[in-house]
Amino acid sequence: MNRFRLGGMWGFILRRMLLGIVVLILVSILVFLATQALPGDPARAILGRSATPASLAALRRQLHLDQPVLEQYLTWVTGLLHGNLGTSLAAQEPVSTLLSPKLVNSAVLVALAAVLSIPLSIAIGAWAALKREKAFDTASSNLLLVLAALPEFVVALVLVILFATTVFHVLPAISTVPPGSRPWNNWVALVLPTITLVIAVAPYVARIMRASMIEVLESDYVEMARLKGLPERTVLIRHALPNALGPVFQVIALNLAYLAGGIIVVEFVFNYSGIGGAIQEAVVNHDLPVVQALAMLIAAVYVVLNLLADVATILVTPRLRTRL
Amino acid sequence: MSQVSGVAMPVAEVPTPPVRGTSLLRRSLRLWRTRIGVALVGVIVLLAIVGPYVAPYGPSTPVGAPNSDPGGKAVLGTDYLGQDVLSRVLYGGRSILVMAVIATALGLVAGTVIGLVAAYSRNALDDILMRAMDVIMALPQIMLALVAVAIVGPHAWVIVTAIALTTAPRIARVARGAAQPVVERDFIACSEAMGVPRWRILSGELLPNTLGPLMVEASLRLTYSIGVIAALAFLGLSPNPNGANWGTMIQQNEIVLAVQPWGAAAPIIAIALLTMGTGLIGDGIARTAAGIDRARGEE
Repeated sequence: MNRFRLGGMWGFILRRMLLGIVVLILVSILVFLATQALPGDPARAILGRSATPASLAALRRQLHLDQPVLEQYLTWVTGLLHGNLGTSLAAQEPVSTLLSPKLVNSAVLVALAAVLSIPLSIAIGAWAALKREKAFDTASSNLLLVLAALPEFVVALVLVILFATTVFHVLPAISTVPPGSRPWNNWVALVLPTITLVIAVAPYVARIMRASMIEVLESDYVEMARLKGLPERTVLIRHALPNALGPVFQVIALNLAYLAGGIIVVEFVFNYSGIGGAIQEAVVNHDLPVVQALAMLIAAVYVVLNLLADVATILVTPRLRTRL
Repeated sequence: MSQVSGVAMPVAEVPTPPVRGTSLLRRSLRLWRTRIGVALVGVIVLLAIVGPYVAPYGPSTPVGAPNSDPGGKAVLGTDYLGQDVLSRVLYGGRSILVMAVIATALGLVAGTVIGLVAAYSRNALDDILMRAMDVIMALPQIMLALVAVAIVGPHAWVIVTAIALTTAPRIARVARGAAQPVVERDFIACSEAMGVPRWRILSGELLPNTLGPLMVEASLRLTYSIGVIAALAFLGLSPNPNGANWGTMIQQNEIVLAVQPWGAAAPIIAIALLTMGTGLIGDGIARTAAGIDRARGEE
């Protein structure tokens, strides 16, 4: 029985992985075709109106635009799979060399935000569910509702006005990471970007945690546990909390994937040297290889996080395993 | 999500008439949060529409020294180029609002059609449509918009199309989720047996039964559309790079925050009030719809 269940679960993970790979292949086609099918000649868009025919032809060759579409796609995808993300048109450097230090910086920021926001929002949501309709619940859900509605760059700039430039002058408004330095060498600069990202994610997770916890607290097995005379602490931590976490993983994964997008604007606000700033620069410069590489990267993050969330949900919700 | 919540909901056998969209809106207005939301959105929309007619100066008229403090000729001071901040705020809302509303409306229509067709088809088409939606959703809204802008340029139609394209799958998911239990109900089978055309079943039977969740999702999507369009302008990607636009204003005056905060703070407040308003309206509708569902469950 145990082996059967395990097999069912591995089968499920395998199916989900295959689906994820299919999604990624389709995204790669979408991202690639976008550069082909949309109006305008990429070479001309990059070089501008004053480009000479010779330089246009040279750039088309460099971008493999002179090859048939299918061949171009295969060249690009094969490169991706070998870690060759192409050459940046603006910097004339391999995209991977250009992006890897920035990738580390962004990952540090996202990881920091995740480590802080997940326990915080789970605690807020669970506490609000326990104090349902009381002062803490009302206050926290109204505050979270308002925070959830604000775009990240608005949150970021309000924090800058409050803590850096105008009201108080306690934190830096700019969080540049100089080349060769690491983000944690200047941790004060990380405070505001991290708080911004925490505010971007926490409301959603806290809200779903509250709803899920309320459902669990009203369930028969929690009542049963209470009737058995278990101490309230045990009821909450051993019986209610693990079951309430199931739906929360999905939302955490979605929000972390969302962070990969939200970070673009937040990094731009703080002039933080991560992939967000790189995307903005690449878009302004029509640096298509960088844009394509980052789009694929963010899509991959999304697919992987969703897969992890599905697996985690199954692991913490035993009753779902039997239905695989 | 249905897989996660797991517990089968008892389905009321009594056919309940759908709550019409207008009556849902009217009922949600009994909640204070909806009223505050409507008031906030109303004020900002009015500001954006009437603003250009009542602005004391043109959006690009120099009225004084750059970054001068509020007072005198310029109520909110001047920006980094010496233009009147108040006038630029009054001019700068229209394009964001118009683009956000058009993009959300297009995404709403496309997403609803896709979601309802998927739910109603009950065959491979359902899978194909929803997997296609998954592909689009693998890219965050702003990322897809940035890819489009990188290739074609920051034209209004590119931004609107990109936002509509990324709004549609999220709406489609909600529409399909809400329509799926309805498709199994007897009155749908009854309409089919009576030979009612498919599009009539979709528009006359399925759509009214999914309006509640769709309206909640639509207000959420409008909130995001405003945020993304303003963010693109803030990143320097708007149809008119020097025009009066709240996002552009914030970007241009961010560097002088320490000297003259209003150039950036005024448009920040405008965007914040607008998105808070749409957020509150959405929550009000959601609570009202949930309240109606609960009351029906207890009947």
